[in-house]
Amino acid sequence: MPKKVAMTGNVAVANAMRQINPDVCAAYPITPSTEIVQQFSNFVADGIVDTVLVTVESEHSAMSACIGACAAGGRVMNATSANGLALMWEMLYIASGNRLPIILSCVNRALSAPINIHGDHSDSMGARDSGWIQLYAENAQEAYDNTIMAPRIGEHFDVRLPVMSCMDGFIISHSIENIELLDDKQVKDFIGPYKSNVPTLLDINNPVTMGALHLQDYYIESKRQQHEAMKKAKKVVIDVGKEYGKFSGRTYGLFEEYKLKDADIALVVLNSAAGTAKVVVDELRKQGIKAGLLKPRLFRPFPYLEVANALKNCTAVCVMDRADSFGGAGGPLFTEVRSALYDLPARPLMINKIYGLGGRDLGLEDVRKVYRELVKLAESGKAAKLYEYITVRD
Amino acid sequence: MSKPKGWKDLPTGGMILEAGNADKYNTGAWRSDRPIWIEENCIQCMFCWIFCPDTSVTVKDGKRSEFDYQHCKGCGICALECPSKVKAIVMLTEAEGAASDALEKARAIAGKMAADKAAEKAKAGKE
Repeated sequence: MPKKVAMTGNVAVANAMRQINPDVCAAYPITPSTEIVQQFSNFVADGIVDTVLVTVESEHSAMSACIGACAAGGRVMNATSANGLALMWEMLYIASGNRLPIILSCVNRALSAPINIHGDHSDSMGARDSGWIQLYAENAQEAYDNTIMAPRIGEHFDVRLPVMSCMDGFIISHSIENIELLDDKQVKDFIGPYKSNVPTLLDINNPVTMGALHLQDYYIESKRQQHEAMKKAKKVVIDVGKEYGKFSGRTYGLFEEYKLKDADIALVVLNSAAGTAKVVVDELRKQGIKAGLLKPRLFRPFPYLEVANALKNCTAVCVMDRADSFGGAGGPLFTEVRSALYDLPARPLMINKIYGLGGRDLGLEDVRKVYRELVKLAESGKAAKLYEYITVRD
Repeated sequence: MSKPKGWKDLPTGGMILEAGNADKYNTGAWRSDRPIWIEENCIQCMFCWIFCPDTSVTVKDGKRSEFDYQHCKGCGICALECPSKVKAIVMLTEAEGAASDALEKARAIAGKMAADKAAEKAKAGKE
């Protein structure tokens, strides 16, 4: 029977890794993700898992070791944050380009400089074009569930892509919440043994070359193939989310719609801030204001058709980004959502707020203000500012 | 050459499924200097075979044979390491090396190098 336990987000993810029991984990510690591998290394030391834990000298090496282990035919997991992810950058592309379904827990943290250890999405948003599937989680339960679903998504024969499972640093990674842990056997049965539909490097009867030179003659074909795999990942995410729901009671889709069906105004926001926004939506609903929320779960591949369909009846929408895309036409989530809505015959009015960088708190009052602005925007039809920072001192 | 594969037929991740395929790839095309082997000067020491950073010195029936110019990058290590009194390997430019009189040119250079060395040694002895 699944059991209710109190755990931090990190410990929940470490337990998901314990239940998955990967062949190899290569990692280098960085706040706030350190606790995941710290806890997991206890499981390794105590002989609870069969995993080979490779302690390396940097995140670049960590991802390199993961690539080698996955190419050899293993199920491979690791965890990192912020500058650690940035140091992996080169290898992220090599993992996805070689179609290696490595699982990475990204505990979202602001990138330096100025140096900061708290949660924002500049790390994973920077890696959004690296060819990794990206899942986002509102709380520890979702982070745990996403981690368990990640191998099934990435290893699917139609996909074969690495998966990054994200949660907010400190806000989720270090807060203790009540979560439901599945039985070890349930997870084992759901995950199954690692299978590959392509040769692996330790298959000595089928020697292959991985990572060979592709110049003008083949590189673009390889990328086109990768593009197709990413497209196919969407259906796999839906299927795996449904199957997971059958035995866990928690079904997952591409995004969560919170009171969105009949909403006039809506917020689009990732991760833990969605929890704050839900409280405000409930308040507004009591006041008779038709407010709603869309919380993306799958950011790569971005389900643009489904997002457009979910937001099409709104009059005004605010997308909130916990990362800036300096010099862009808005934050990374905003440009994605706004582009998704372009093909609608009648589009909602849209604004973008950059909030909470470096872990700056987003309070209920901050969210109320945004909804109040949306009410005004819906009435007037004119946005005062398309793209601005909030939770910032002038 | 067969028609290049489209993305749907390409092995996943551009993997190459055939072992030993590097042999088929002509990596000697961008060489700017070419080593010339002068058989009569060769003492069959196999230094060149050992030192070649590629596999461009071929061996047939236990004897050193011609260069594999499909893969030789013209680095010149073989010519430098050749211990023969009169060099059995001489570097020419790619254009000179590809010309019909390459071997004669190489012989002349090897001869001059040996003569120069002998003269230098004699001079050093007198002093």
